[in-house]
Amino acid sequence: MTTMTTLGYDDLPALLRRLTGDEKHDWSSLSTLDALWVLYDRVLRDGDRFLLSKGHGPAAYYAVLAAKGLLPPELLDGFGGFDSPLGNHPDRVLAPGVELSSGSLGHGLPIAAGVALTGRRVYCLVGDAELEEGSNWEAVQFAGREGLESLTAIVIDNGSSTRGWPGGIGGRFAAEGWTSTAVDGRDHDALERAFTSGLRGRPHVAVAEVAR
Amino acid sequence: MMRPRFYELVREALEAEERVAVVTAEIGTVPIGPHPRHVNVGIREQLLIGVAAGLALEGRRVVAHSYAPFLVERPYEQIKLDLGHNDLGAILVSTGASYDASREGRTHQAPEDVAALASLPGWTIHVPGHVDELEQLFRGALRSDDRVYIRMSEEENHARVDGGGFTVLRRGPAGAPLVLSVGPTLAPVLEAIAGRDLTLAYLATVRPFPRAALRDALGAGDAVALVEPYLVGTSAAEVSAALTDRPHRLLALGVRNTEIRRYGSGAEHRSAHGLDAAGIRAALEQFLPGPTAT
Repeated sequence: MTTMTTLGYDDLPALLRRLTGDEKHDWSSLSTLDALWVLYDRVLRDGDRFLLSKGHGPAAYYAVLAAKGLLPPELLDGFGGFDSPLGNHPDRVLAPGVELSSGSLGHGLPIAAGVALTGRRVYCLVGDAELEEGSNWEAVQFAGREGLESLTAIVIDNGSSTRGWPGGIGGRFAAEGWTSTAVDGRDHDALERAFTSGLRGRPHVAVAEVAR
Repeated sequence: MMRPRFYELVREALEAEERVAVVTAEIGTVPIGPHPRHVNVGIREQLLIGVAAGLALEGRRVVAHSYAPFLVERPYEQIKLDLGHNDLGAILVSTGASYDASREGRTHQAPEDVAALASLPGWTIHVPGHVDELEQLFRGALRSDDRVYIRMSEEENHARVDGGGFTVLRRGPAGAPLVLSVGPTLAPVLEAIAGRDLTLAYLATVRPFPRAALRDALGAGDAVALVEPYLVGTSAAEVSAALTDRPHRLLALGVRNTEIRRYGSGAEHRSAHGLDAAGIRAALEQFLPGPTAT
């Protein structure tokens, strides 16, 4: 991917204020903001893919794309309208910079596994509640057995899962052969390290913990 | 407003009937509220149907609820096998319809839900056009052990039509075309056919399809216009089957089988699919030129 930095992290609140009408997903969106920023600002390189599996509350995603010059900021103002390419769940055919149409949970990791089979470096962001969908675990098992080292999953753990994950999320990936790191989801340096700390021959998961 | 009424009815049923159990997957969980026989399985829709089947196996009358794509499409094989193949009953009640979740995009829209379920044997499918019809149909479903799908929608008609079955609302002269309006399409259909001398029938229970009633209502006529609020042509084969031995013409209107890739409002989507009064009127004018107009 080619990114052109046009705005900084401090500009994100102003961009987010231009996106109105999906307030029920505010928390979902804001819990991803720092991870998305670190990804686009420090981690993603030309040729990488990023798949936002957790399509709920994409305001932060749109704002980061706009800040990085991948999506024209003026598009933010029409958010959700009939003529807008931006809605409550992203559509890759409509929205510049968006690489996966999502919103139905549990689709991103299987697709990311398919991308990783080609050797392309791919990051996939999911939510802790999204992991309730069984399709994620088919992908986790497959990626682990295949040793898909170019795949990094980012789990935003904002405590939304209905019954939680006793023993922790990372351990469930590790049991399937992944390397795992847990990190403060607001600490940019720690996020950067977590996103780039995988090992050869194994997929990697970074669990970004975000307190409510 | 169907959705709030449904939640009231569910709470009432849980209190009134020991055999009723409710399964949700985050959607509707809070308004239904806690109850010993209400289980929220989390964001696990295949489990939603599997658990419903297990409860049905134990004699419960199960109500399972979610958005239409997550209730019908995602766990489709569980519906086919866990319920259908095991000959177990349940009431599936969806929200969202074809484009109520217009701002949410394609992931939350299911214009193909009725076609998908109608392709499985043994399902009764209700498409209420008014909140009072929803109540009648839901109460009736609770009394049975059948496999029942109830499709709620934000779109509603101005008044209820009792019974759910095929109801002739207006009878035209002998040989007049028949317009069959399904569920919440009735309001725009009434507006679209103003001034036209034809037979108008209404239907909220689309499976089993009332072939004999349609045949009777058409009489000596040969033209049928079918207006459905979901995937276009979903019941076209049923109309053809009802008229197998008769030359006839059929106009099928419904949600077009294309992704319009728009957000916006439900009304904008309805218009884009030609299901508002203007769109229906234009289609009828092409299908039924001149002579039937008064």
